[in-house]
Amino acid sequence: MAEQVIPTKKMPPGLQVENVDDRIMTLNVGPQHPGSGHMRIIVKIDGDYIVDADPDPGYVHRGEEKMAESRNYITNIPHLERPVIHDSCNILYPYVLGVEDLVGIEVPERAKYVRVIAAELNRCIYIQYWLAIYGIFLGHSTMFMWPAGDRELLIDLMEKITGARVTHAYFIPGGVRNDVPANFEDVCLRQVNYFEKRIKEYADIFYDNPILKARTEDTGVLSREDAIRLGTTGSVLRASGVDYDLRIKEPYDVYDELDVHTNVLKSGDSYARSKIPWLDMLESCNIIRQALEKMPKSGSIRTKLKPNPKGREDEVYRRVESGRGSAGCHIISRGKPEPYRLKLSVSSFRNLIALPYLLKGEKLGNMPAVYWSLNYWPVEADR
Amino acid sequence: MSVIAPKFRLGYFLKGIFDNAFWILTIVTLAGIPAIQIVLFYLELPVIDGELLTAFLAFTWLFNPTMQVPLIKALIYSDLFRIVAFPGFGFAALIAAGTIFVERKMLAKLQLRVGPFYCGKVEGILQLAGDGLKLISKEIIIPAKADKPLFWAAPVLFVGTAAAFVALIPVAPGGWVVADLDVGLLAVFAVIGFFPIITILSAWSANSKFPFIGGIRALHQMVSFEIPLILSLLGVVILTGTLNLSEIVESQSSFPWIIFMPIGAIVFFTTMLAELERIPFDLPEAESEIVAGWLTEFSGMMYGLVQLGSYLKLYAFAALFVIIFLGGWTGPVFWPPLETELITEGIPIPNYAGDPILTVAAPGLPLLDQDPNEWVLQQQGELQYTSGQLLVSGVIWFVLKTVGVIFFILLPRGVFPRIRLDMLLHIGWYKLIGLSFVNIFIALGLVYAGVIGPGGIL
Repeated sequence: MAEQVIPTKKMPPGLQVENVDDRIMTLNVGPQHPGSGHMRIIVKIDGDYIVDADPDPGYVHRGEEKMAESRNYITNIPHLERPVIHDSCNILYPYVLGVEDLVGIEVPERAKYVRVIAAELNRCIYIQYWLAIYGIFLGHSTMFMWPAGDRELLIDLMEKITGARVTHAYFIPGGVRNDVPANFEDVCLRQVNYFEKRIKEYADIFYDNPILKARTEDTGVLSREDAIRLGTTGSVLRASGVDYDLRIKEPYDVYDELDVHTNVLKSGDSYARSKIPWLDMLESCNIIRQALEKMPKSGSIRTKLKPNPKGREDEVYRRVESGRGSAGCHIISRGKPEPYRLKLSVSSFRNLIALPYLLKGEKLGNMPAVYWSLNYWPVEADR
Repeated sequence: MSVIAPKFRLGYFLKGIFDNAFWILTIVTLAGIPAIQIVLFYLELPVIDGELLTAFLAFTWLFNPTMQVPLIKALIYSDLFRIVAFPGFGFAALIAAGTIFVERKMLAKLQLRVGPFYCGKVEGILQLAGDGLKLISKEIIIPAKADKPLFWAAPVLFVGTAAAFVALIPVAPGGWVVADLDVGLLAVFAVIGFFPIITILSAWSANSKFPFIGGIRALHQMVSFEIPLILSLLGVVILTGTLNLSEIVESQSSFPWIIFMPIGAIVFFTTMLAELERIPFDLPEAESEIVAGWLTEFSGMMYGLVQLGSYLKLYAFAALFVIIFLGGWTGPVFWPPLETELITEGIPIPNYAGDPILTVAAPGLPLLDQDPNEWVLQQQGELQYTSGQLLVSGVIWFVLKTVGVIFFILLPRGVFPRIRLDMLLHIGWYKLIGLSFVNIFIALGLVYAGVIGPGGIL
């Protein structure tokens, strides 16, 4: 151990002095590292073991919350979906629900079902993208290409509904932006069935792969108590054995009329955390089929709003189950067309909190497996 | 700033062509031809048709149509040809290029995509040339605090060692190998032993963190897998009693050794994947963990050289597997066909026996130096195959088997994820070494039971 460096002058605020140890090597994993995403993890390693990990998000901060304060409730829609463009319907969902509360409008029945279908499709699109990156992080290039290719099926479907491949801006207060195309039910059912058949094949090449199991089982174990204590949500929480799904616990729109099952695994390791989203995709296919069956065949898809709606003086907090966990939106309204304050409570940031606890004591080779199994989206965490 | 092309003028264009032609001709006649003559004067030139090729005759013969075939024939049997072209570097590089193409297309098919498609019009077969051009044209950047001589030397040493490995591989019967050593297998082990040194040298000299970790990983991996690699091949050495690779192949004329030692073959294949740093053992280049491992700081053609070296190494390992376990070039002779008419009219080939009926030793093989008596013996039924027939079909068998093994080396890349360092060391030190000892005991048992080996049944 080298002696501690003592600063002679007074240090400027924000700078830190740390001990220099010959055994410890500090690695900057990110933001230009192929295994980091738009963030940095400062990893300290002793040989092959990680002694300290410090996630450093904030490279893609866009000030979505501040921007929302100067735009009215309708023009907020396209930019609030930017944090997770791959899951744009779900990240927009709590905002739309909250604005409907504030403005006080009812949503037509058909629009609720269309929303559920779009949200579930978007959840699958997000999880496929996430899974592709998880595959390539573990060096499995087939698992990168297959989900990225199969994702196109649902993207085409979303393009038919919304007109955009990725950034849909489909949900609006009062319903959805436009109706689904004429033969949507048939096309959607066919594509979803094929999609389900395809993703079941992932088990053969990825989830039942002995090398993958040997590599990710018993790595980065998050116990049930820690998962609750650290405030994780979504797939991370459910992989640790907590049965918590907002679609069941706090059903919104028409989720209470559908038969929704949730997937819970007990082990809490990287393998379980990577398997839960895949099981969620299979569940989403079931939900979409049910919703297609129960959806009213005709009717309005949108309640008309006034041109520049003003919210009542109140504050609302609504949350939904997104592809990564609970996504919440807290809106404070002062009776103006713009929100006084808008706060996005996103699951990525909450799951990231668990990362330093999980990486401590792990081997360096486990870092990508543990890091990406947290179902984390760097852009969403920065907002 | 945009560069505007000057307006096309025919006169300037023609003047440019004439200027170029003038200077090329002037330089070639005044400097090039004398230089070649001087070089040829000091070279040891072959005897063709009983006449010694001299520097003065070289240009005369080059433009004499009747001397072209003998010249090429003399070239084929020169050491230069062996090193540069056929059993040596050129052959290996050709197979390596084919390997890269097959890898890309096969992986693409496996992953439900197209792969290289546009470059070269037909299924992107010129993609590799395009990539090579790109790598050559890129700037070579050396880290500021790198140890420059070592950093420069590492890729060159890597290719050189891989080429030395290739030089030890016999490809066809009749001594078609660059270096035919009696201790060929031992030399192979010695050459393989150089790779970890070069890897750690390049990793350390880059003076960067991720290459250093990658180099340490490569060192762990190669050193711990070299022991089972050597042990797994000892079984065959016990059975054949020789270290000469050509003799090991000749010993498998009736059956390949993989029948008796599948365990050794499996162990060798696994260690081969690890030595080649291929998925699932690509830890030294693990992208998501340590950027590109020990290759991180290489740029431009330095990276290209390392890639070339690693594909040469891939070919050499696959060929070694074929030689030791799959019987090398042995296999039924199927080409050229046995019953063919003599081509009496065709390329006139002067032969040294002086017999006009034997101007063509074997049909379709005008360039090979063959004993004309072999053909007579074959016609009389005393000899089954001529050496030319054995050579051609031997090479075809060898290439087919090697390509098959390469296919199985490439396949895990689409199927397996990367494994972890502790799992790798566990596999190497506990499982593979144990299995290779089992293999050695099987070989000893076969020898002592009198099944194979000196005085054996088979």
